[in-house]
Amino acid sequence: MDEMGPIINEFLTESYENLDQLDQDLVELEANPEEISLLASIFRTIHTIKGTCGFLGFSKLESIAHVGENLLSQLRDGEMKMNPQIANALLAMVDAVRQILACIESDRSEGDVDYSNLVEVLTKLNKGESVDIAPSASGEGSEAPVAEAVPATPPAPEQSNGNSHPAETVEEAPVEAEPVAGTPEPEAPVEETALQPADPQAPVETATADPLEGGDGMRASDKKGATESSIRVDVDLLDKLMNLVGELVLSRNQIVQFATGEKDSSFITTTQHLNQLTSELQEGVMKTRMQPIGTIWSKYPRVVRDLSQSIGKRVRLEMEGKDTELDKTLIEAIKDPLTHMVRNSVDHGIEMPDTRIANGKNGEGVLSLRAYHEGGQVNIEINDDGGGIHPEKIKKKAIEKNIITPERAARMNDRELINLIFAPGFSTAEKVSNISGRGVGMDVVRTNIEKIGGKIEINSEAGKGTALKIKIPLTLAIIPALTVTCKGGRYCIPQVSLLELVRLDQENTESQVEMIQGTPVYRLRGNLLPLVYLSKELGFEGGAIREGESVNIVVLQADNRQFGLVVEKILDTEEIVVKPLGNQLKSITAYSGATIMGDGKVALILDVMGLAQKAHVVSDETRSEAATREDRFDASGEKQTLLVFESSNKSRMAVPLSMVARLEEFEASAIETSGTQEVVQYRGDIMPLIHLSHFFGGPDREEQNEMLQAIVYCDRGRNVGVVVDRIIDIVEEHVEIKTGTGRKGTLGSSVVQGKVTDLVDVEGIILEADPGFYAETSENKLLAAAVEGGE
Amino acid sequence: MSDEKQFCTFYLEGHCFGVNVLEVQEVFRYQEMTAVPLSPPTITGLINLRGQIITAIDLRRIMCLEDRDEDAMPMNVVVRTPDGVVSLLVDAIGDVLEVPQEMHEKPPENLQSPLRELVKGVYKLQGKLLLILDTEKVVRQPVPA
Repeated sequence: MDEMGPIINEFLTESYENLDQLDQDLVELEANPEEISLLASIFRTIHTIKGTCGFLGFSKLESIAHVGENLLSQLRDGEMKMNPQIANALLAMVDAVRQILACIESDRSEGDVDYSNLVEVLTKLNKGESVDIAPSASGEGSEAPVAEAVPATPPAPEQSNGNSHPAETVEEAPVEAEPVAGTPEPEAPVEETALQPADPQAPVETATADPLEGGDGMRASDKKGATESSIRVDVDLLDKLMNLVGELVLSRNQIVQFATGEKDSSFITTTQHLNQLTSELQEGVMKTRMQPIGTIWSKYPRVVRDLSQSIGKRVRLEMEGKDTELDKTLIEAIKDPLTHMVRNSVDHGIEMPDTRIANGKNGEGVLSLRAYHEGGQVNIEINDDGGGIHPEKIKKKAIEKNIITPERAARMNDRELINLIFAPGFSTAEKVSNISGRGVGMDVVRTNIEKIGGKIEINSEAGKGTALKIKIPLTLAIIPALTVTCKGGRYCIPQVSLLELVRLDQENTESQVEMIQGTPVYRLRGNLLPLVYLSKELGFEGGAIREGESVNIVVLQADNRQFGLVVEKILDTEEIVVKPLGNQLKSITAYSGATIMGDGKVALILDVMGLAQKAHVVSDETRSEAATREDRFDASGEKQTLLVFESSNKSRMAVPLSMVARLEEFEASAIETSGTQEVVQYRGDIMPLIHLSHFFGGPDREEQNEMLQAIVYCDRGRNVGVVVDRIIDIVEEHVEIKTGTGRKGTLGSSVVQGKVTDLVDVEGIILEADPGFYAETSENKLLAAAVEGGE
Repeated sequence: MSDEKQFCTFYLEGHCFGVNVLEVQEVFRYQEMTAVPLSPPTITGLINLRGQIITAIDLRRIMCLEDRDEDAMPMNVVVRTPDGVVSLLVDAIGDVLEVPQEMHEKPPENLQSPLRELVKGVYKLQGKLLLILDTEKVVRQPVPA
């Protein structure tokens, strides 16, 4: 029963709410017997109660609800008409249900009151017999109820009538007997119906009065009832509260900052008090949005059982820390990734029983889930004692799938190799099963977790098992962040990506920062740390380290890669409230949002991942530019629509159609030049042209043509026309890139329509022709060119 | 559609522009703002408006006019658009005008881009023309190259 506790409480809260509604609905229904929607709503409520109590094993309650439901379904289907008798009986049923719920709440049992009378009455009504206790009324058949319903319509007098005889109900024992007394006078049953809802606690039968009262007394002394101890609150309201608390935190920060310069001791004490209160309030409001992780874990035993049985494995699921709470939005966000990982562990991690026994392990595999709080974060671990991940297998697979080159793979250590499972389009399963491994595996998991500011780590030992560890922040709205300055502006760096701070003194700067082809690096405890200048990334002029100046390096982690961000000054860590940027600025990847600082001014929050990508420091094996570009040709073997065309020396080339904005024809005379660049006027804009044949060094065939055919490629509102000789066709094909041609500007070759076709790297070519195309502003062109050169 | 419409008016290089008052949230004086590096030149910065962070767009830049003098303080016209609340920086604020519908006319055909796309209509007032801005298009205006 204890385990059922929370479920029963939830059931009680919900049912009480529904019952209150039911009282109103029934009375209203009596006044408007034709109102189908009311009936439907009443029916649903009773049906829900019936269903839930059947599940919870409350048979008495179920039987009452069941007959009530039958009666209602007849009403709903129009087989019967509402009349005061039925209304009375239904209200009596509602009261009975309420009583039983009260008993359940107080001592978890349905109580020993006998409701067979009520059930009988309901059943009879259901059979259309009307109530046998009022034979005179039933003799008149269906006309009587109609007649009786008429006086029922004006509600006001009923109410006053009912209230004037409150004692009646209590004394006049069973409700079913009531109509008997009532029938001689037509108003009597009406009076009765008005009375019932007026006093919901009124006992239905005299016999029930005692246990109910007993129950009431116990409740009051024992603990708060289910309805009193919890209320339902709109999530929107909670969000609003959370926002307000966020504002309060900001104001608090502001005041605390003022207070540091104050000497008035009472002001300082008040500030401290405010500080404390705000923190507590923040914590409290955050708690209202917390849910135990058990809410998503609860379905895993079933998932694991079904899954392991269907593939013939034996898996034991262990869960620890079910009560660990985290923000509702985070719970939602990790639901799918977690489920995916659990399935993965069962499907790929744990071996078949005979394999396990052969390896000297218990035939039953253990999958353990663990959740706990640590340092303001929630850690979730998913461990299995399965086969683990073989770095060699990963290496082979990754090379096969073109995720890395063999040369690169040779240089990677085991840890790096294992991390390749997070690469897009990677699936280790020998055969792709229908359970997991659809090619959208761990990379999606990682992306989802990173989206909520989390991190995922993997540790695996071949033959021993795999351990996945997810670290996620408690909440998203308020995060600790480090504030730095750059060219007079302040920027916040979320603490989650922060590893350490390094300061190089004046005299050491020059010797410690070394250059590799113009790219600065720093030796951090023997490892090379690529340096990124924030000022440079933000498009300011200059910013390189000058002689005789100390350097502040913020060591950051992005995507398992470390890099050092060189900033002007490091200020302080502070709790900041993340606010979204307007649509106009969303496209800038360097920022993840903005916040309001202690002095009321706005500061931008840096997106560490975005910065790293912008600075090309995460051009690692898994996420290199080339890999993402190759992704466009989707290595997972799905069919792709390709635009096939001919260029330079009649060689066949193709680009994915998804990259093509439009196909256009221009007259050769329309070409103008701007500097050295050929351009055409296109849709009120000036569009640069890139001749593929120039790029691949073929003869200028297209020059002879009157009309030029161009593939218009569009990115961030800017167009580029790629001039080709001839558009051949649009085909849908499986694309398998055979690399190794090594030709510049191509991603490789493939067989399309039975002919060898080069897959063109459009982005690469555009970048080559116009290095500034992907840069945001004109000042950035230089920068982009410099970065390109440095690569 | 009522016959009279109310417009909040403001000035940009002598021209009188109007925005439907229902779109205007508030108007306030120049306030210090945070510049956003890497942002398009039309975006002047971010403003803290009572805890809400809004983007300030310089209408002069949007309309390819010359930048105002450094010591000239622009005014903020905060408008609600389907893309969120933004602040439009203008030279000066005018009155709220109620203008009859019969004075309305479509924008003249010979109006030059980008004004051509941004003006929804023209009201022929006495002594001046009132150009009605399409705020939705203003905030979605691609960055002038």
